[in-house]
Amino acid sequence: MDIFALFDCIISPACLISQAAGGLKIGMLLFLVASGLTLVFGVLGVINFAHGALYMLGAYFSWQVMSVTGHFGLSVILGALGVGIFGLLFERALISRVYNADLLVQILLCYSIVLILDDLVMIIWGDEFLSSLGIPEVFQVPPLIIFDAIIPPFHLAIITISFIVCIILWFIMTKTKFGKLVRATANNPKMLEALGVNTNIIKAGVFMLGSFLAGLGGALAASLSSVVSGMGNSILIESFIVTVIGGMGSISGAFLASLIIGMARSFGAVAMPLFTDGLMFLIMVLVLILRPQGLMGNKKQ
Amino acid sequence: MKKINKYSRRKILKTGTAAASALTLSVSFPTILKAENNIKIGVPTILSGRVAQLGISVSNALNMAVDNFNKSGGLDGRNIELIIRDSRAKPDEAARVCRDFINSEKVDAIINAEASGASFAVQEVIRESGTLCLHTVSETSRLTADPSIRAWNAFRFSRQGIHDAVGSARYAAKIIKEKVLKKWMSVNPDYAYGRDSDDTFFWALEKFSPGFEILGKGWPKIFQPDYTEVITQIAREKPDAIYSSLWGGDLVSFIDQASLYGIFNNTQLFAINLADYTTMSAVKNLPKGLHSATRYVAAWPNTQDNRDYDNSYTNLYGDHPTNWSWEAAVGIDYLISALKETGGTDNKKLAEAMKGKTRKSFMGVGDGNTVSIRDKDQTIIDYSIGWGTTIANDPYMTNIQAADWNTIEELEKKWLADKDWL
Repeated sequence: MDIFALFDCIISPACLISQAAGGLKIGMLLFLVASGLTLVFGVLGVINFAHGALYMLGAYFSWQVMSVTGHFGLSVILGALGVGIFGLLFERALISRVYNADLLVQILLCYSIVLILDDLVMIIWGDEFLSSLGIPEVFQVPPLIIFDAIIPPFHLAIITISFIVCIILWFIMTKTKFGKLVRATANNPKMLEALGVNTNIIKAGVFMLGSFLAGLGGALAASLSSVVSGMGNSILIESFIVTVIGGMGSISGAFLASLIIGMARSFGAVAMPLFTDGLMFLIMVLVLILRPQGLMGNKKQ
Repeated sequence: MKKINKYSRRKILKTGTAAASALTLSVSFPTILKAENNIKIGVPTILSGRVAQLGISVSNALNMAVDNFNKSGGLDGRNIELIIRDSRAKPDEAARVCRDFINSEKVDAIINAEASGASFAVQEVIRESGTLCLHTVSETSRLTADPSIRAWNAFRFSRQGIHDAVGSARYAAKIIKEKVLKKWMSVNPDYAYGRDSDDTFFWALEKFSPGFEILGKGWPKIFQPDYTEVITQIAREKPDAIYSSLWGGDLVSFIDQASLYGIFNNTQLFAINLADYTTMSAVKNLPKGLHSATRYVAAWPNTQDNRDYDNSYTNLYGDHPTNWSWEAAVGIDYLISALKETGGTDNKKLAEAMKGKTRKSFMGVGDGNTVSIRDKDQTIIDYSIGWGTTIANDPYMTNIQAADWNTIEELEKKWLADKDWL
């Protein structure tokens, strides 16, 4: 561990800005995926182990649209929407049947879907990795230099898109009727049913939204990373870490935890480049010990 | 009295069943007999995930060679049967597949097309069983360089780290002189091959061009999707040059992501695994002037045999061969030659038939365009190693310079002595 290297980095504007920008990009992409996971758990009480597979589907769907249209924006949006629709069908056909089942049953169901999807994408798109979507031409420009820090404009775009999604999600959850119903479903679904609200529609809508967010994360990740079967596994683990740190079911917690993880990875790479993964788990362990409900979670969870 | 029907239902059923069985056996028996008579070769490999390119291109090369062999009559009518299985790049799965090949499928030989981590696992399995094994992918030198790991029944047809390191370092030393590259970094996948490649390259570079400085090393996990941490480290340190043994989809992602930072505008990249068609064609905007070894390109060696091989493979599969393709092709060529020489599948006789042998090859640069299997460590030498710079379109490489095998073997001896492996 090189604590002096970290100190030198923090007092250097170039290093500080560069690492902070990198951390923000990592964190915000992670938030997109983790927010979907925590939303589904918070409202439906389901730990969706297939969430990483939905991220992978987002990458594949967006790649497919890109190969047909050549339009980046359309590819990302349609890719994410496609996963949203898939999530809706997945929830109606399968997940809804295990809401009250044992956790092991939920895990087995989700893991089966992961294995099926991992093989299905290879059958449809081939065993070979697919090249990334590439970035729009408008971003194929020299990087920004801010106090000697190098920041690719496309990274700023990813951060901005993720932030906008975060705002929209907050608005939906707190300012709309749908959001009220979602929160009510999370608190007391039986009461809501007694009042004549069809909670099945709410649940399906929430799962669809969670899937859309995972798909959006996958589509944006595919802009810079090759697309391959099984690519959702690593992001799933990180999403769970974010969910645990932030608090299960807390979107604001997921936001805070994502930023913490992003910065930990980025600045951690300066001081202890061989331990960045371990650092993530260390933070999670500390939170579990000191505040088991997570940073923004409720004690009962 | 009830008349007894001569042609009772039971009798008809019995007769019909007997006839059908006889017919089935008479048709299928030759097929069963033929299948049991086949020369079985087990091929554990990677057919999925980010490096599926490895297993696919190995399978293509093997199938092409085996089909030709079988069509020309096989070994006195005996065909080679390839049994190719996916280990999903997991060492424990590779070992399990290998044991299955040996114990259940009763294969006559194994062509191991696993990456380094799994190859060591396979080596232990075949050492125990005595099954003939041809390693055609792993490039970690230790697999054959370390005497404690060698086995009489294991042959290496894959290029190895120390050979590439000497070839790479000699080329890099020339570029260092031309462009004054004093500050270096490296980015290598964090597993046996990456560690070995890094270690041997800088060891060899020190011999050709001492006095360079290593600013830092990045060790991303194999198959890691996001290289931001490593790339910001490079942006911070501003090296003159980077050495990388990343490969396949990992290398493509790294180059695409690093390009956003303009890394290659001021830093020379020496990416030993770049010049494979699948990799180069997948990079979104391949920067000009990156340096790579000639993993497999149709333009190198610049021979008709090589061009013919590329054409045959491409016409059959619609894709160019890869580095793994040629290694598998040379391996199966040696095995077929040994089968013809010995007339059977006795593994000891086959091993003797391959050991120390020189054969003409489209990838050979020995006298008469040959490669050889060295006696001592049963590993391939005199295969083509070149380095050049990349261009955006086919043939993807230019200014290719051949490595010198005398220099390679000389420095290899020094390296082995340093490791106490002589």
